[in-house]
Amino acid sequence: MSLQTLHEVTAFLWQEADLLDHKEHDAWIALWEESGRYIVPIDPESTDYANTLNYSNDDHAMRKMRAHRLRSGEAVSTTPAPRTARSTSRIVILKEDGDTIVVRAAQNLREFHKDRFRHYTSNIEYTLKRAGGSFKIAQKVIRLLNSDDAIASIGYIL
Amino acid sequence: MTTNLKAADLVQADRVHTSLYTSAEIFDEEMSKIFESTWVWVAHESEVPEAGSYKNTFVGKQPVIVVRDRKGEIRVLLNRCRHRCATVCEGKKGKTQSFVCPYHGWAFGLDGALRNVPYEGSYGSEGLDKKLFPLPGLRVESYQGMVFATFKEDIEPLVDYLGPAKKWMDLFMKQGAGYGIEVPGEQRFRFPGNWKIQLENTTDAYHFPLVHKSFLTTLDPQALDTFSFMEGDGFVEDLGNGHSVMVMIPELVDLEAHLDQPIPERFAELAAELAKQGLDDLKVRKIVRAVGGTGFNLNIFPNIACSMAFFRVLRPISVEETEIHHSVINMKDGPEIANQYRLRLHEYFQGPLGFGTPDDGEAWCRVQAGVHACGREEKDKWIMVNRGLPIEKQGADGPRSDVTGETGMRAAYQQWKKLMSA
Ligand code: FES
Ligand SMILES: [Fe+2]
Repeated sequence: MSLQTLHEVTAFLWQEADLLDHKEHDAWIALWEESGRYIVPIDPESTDYANTLNYSNDDHAMRKMRAHRLRSGEAVSTTPAPRTARSTSRIVILKEDGDTIVVRAAQNLREFHKDRFRHYTSNIEYTLKRAGGSFKIAQKVIRLLNSDDAIASIGYIL
Repeated sequence: MTTNLKAADLVQADRVHTSLYTSAEIFDEEMSKIFESTWVWVAHESEVPEAGSYKNTFVGKQPVIVVRDRKGEIRVLLNRCRHRCATVCEGKKGKTQSFVCPYHGWAFGLDGALRNVPYEGSYGSEGLDKKLFPLPGLRVESYQGMVFATFKEDIEPLVDYLGPAKKWMDLFMKQGAGYGIEVPGEQRFRFPGNWKIQLENTTDAYHFPLVHKSFLTTLDPQALDTFSFMEGDGFVEDLGNGHSVMVMIPELVDLEAHLDQPIPERFAELAAELAKQGLDDLKVRKIVRAVGGTGFNLNIFPNIACSMAFFRVLRPISVEETEIHHSVINMKDGPEIANQYRLRLHEYFQGPLGFGTPDDGEAWCRVQAGVHACGREEKDKWIMVNRGLPIEKQGADGPRSDVTGETGMRAAYQQWKKLMSA
């Protein structure tokens, strides 16, 4: 695995993080393969996301609806919208197989909503596909460290 | 109580007092007079499937273990070592042979009996009289797979306590489509607000079009029509003992009726897939109808609701904090594809990342924030629950109002008053 690949992947993940923190949801959706899944599991051990209960397991249509919901102004929980800044680091390439790259990273996210700060730390596993000189996201699994505890509403994309 | 009013004065026919959401003293009294004095839901039997399967939960503020013993009986034991109090069981769910205290090693059986005490000689030549120190058990009864426990040994049998709620539980379980139901997981979240705000919400259809607008706009026209029930034939009915039912979508009360109706578009693919798997048409229709869930919410006082397609569990944390579990329901050994639909539908609306729950949560936070604006005079300190009161009529089992009425809240508060006045 080359440092070149690591650099390319890092640049891509930072770009994604920046889009999400700045709520550029259309551009974020364009980073995805249509068949991709955005998954936030509950059970830290879970790998069979289709047959277990998650916080979310979004296909393309759900991703678009989620993005719409977040900016529509129709949802009292996201009006005003929470502000977020996330740091993605400890990026490691787990596997490279042809055009497919499996990546794991740590994400520290700080959220400010109305009158309080919250902190969510996750391990994130990406499956990326090389496409047109960059990548498309084929799967993103966000493992919140406290996923099996009681959490508060999350009114943005992790 | 911090206010000079008594329980009887704090709940009137059409309003309840602000202090019900804000008084820590009332909260403590609720734990003993309500949660430790009535039947409290603790589990669905599928959560403890085999001997040794356990689930940790709470009755009021008290940690309890729900466990299936070697004889297959479900026990609810206090999670406290009889030596010097350490919890003997940790983790949300799991499986074990026994409960061994991590502090000095006292070992309890699945039935709570104290079996072993390390270095027993120090208790004298006879040793310790172990039968004096079991993990105390609560009284446990269940109906339709729903397990309830109580500290009150002489309380009426569960089936009497449930009363007319039983027939709604029977209807609710038809979501098993003949397979039976199981609870394979839940989402947990907390909100800064009193537990009764959540209790009220389960029979509050009034908030639906406003709070859940962002969910409704994502529905296809057919589904939107199903969910437009504000001026329909639905109703809320007081079922006694604090229980109530809110029927939003009358045609979805009995999931085994209307099987000849056309399959909704959003389930067409599911129906086709089930047919491809060789299920006959009637079975396919039954499963598809079950997948969508029922058209009603049943509120069982004080802590559990059968809410359309899932169990909604509330756990009081403190006077201004509540934990909620949204437990998903699957068909036990049912078709995988049908259960996947149920899981995805649950994720769609429920939980802290759903399209519905966060907005409920925000509305409840706003209630708890606003309740502190209570002025100085008694006349400004009331929470109104009078909607539907003037049009209430006798229903099958109790007073009934239109679907947006606050009859269910009045039912719960009258039970609150009864227990708190005891
Ligand atoms: S506290 Fe449990 S053995 Fe001592
Ligand atoms: Fe709601």
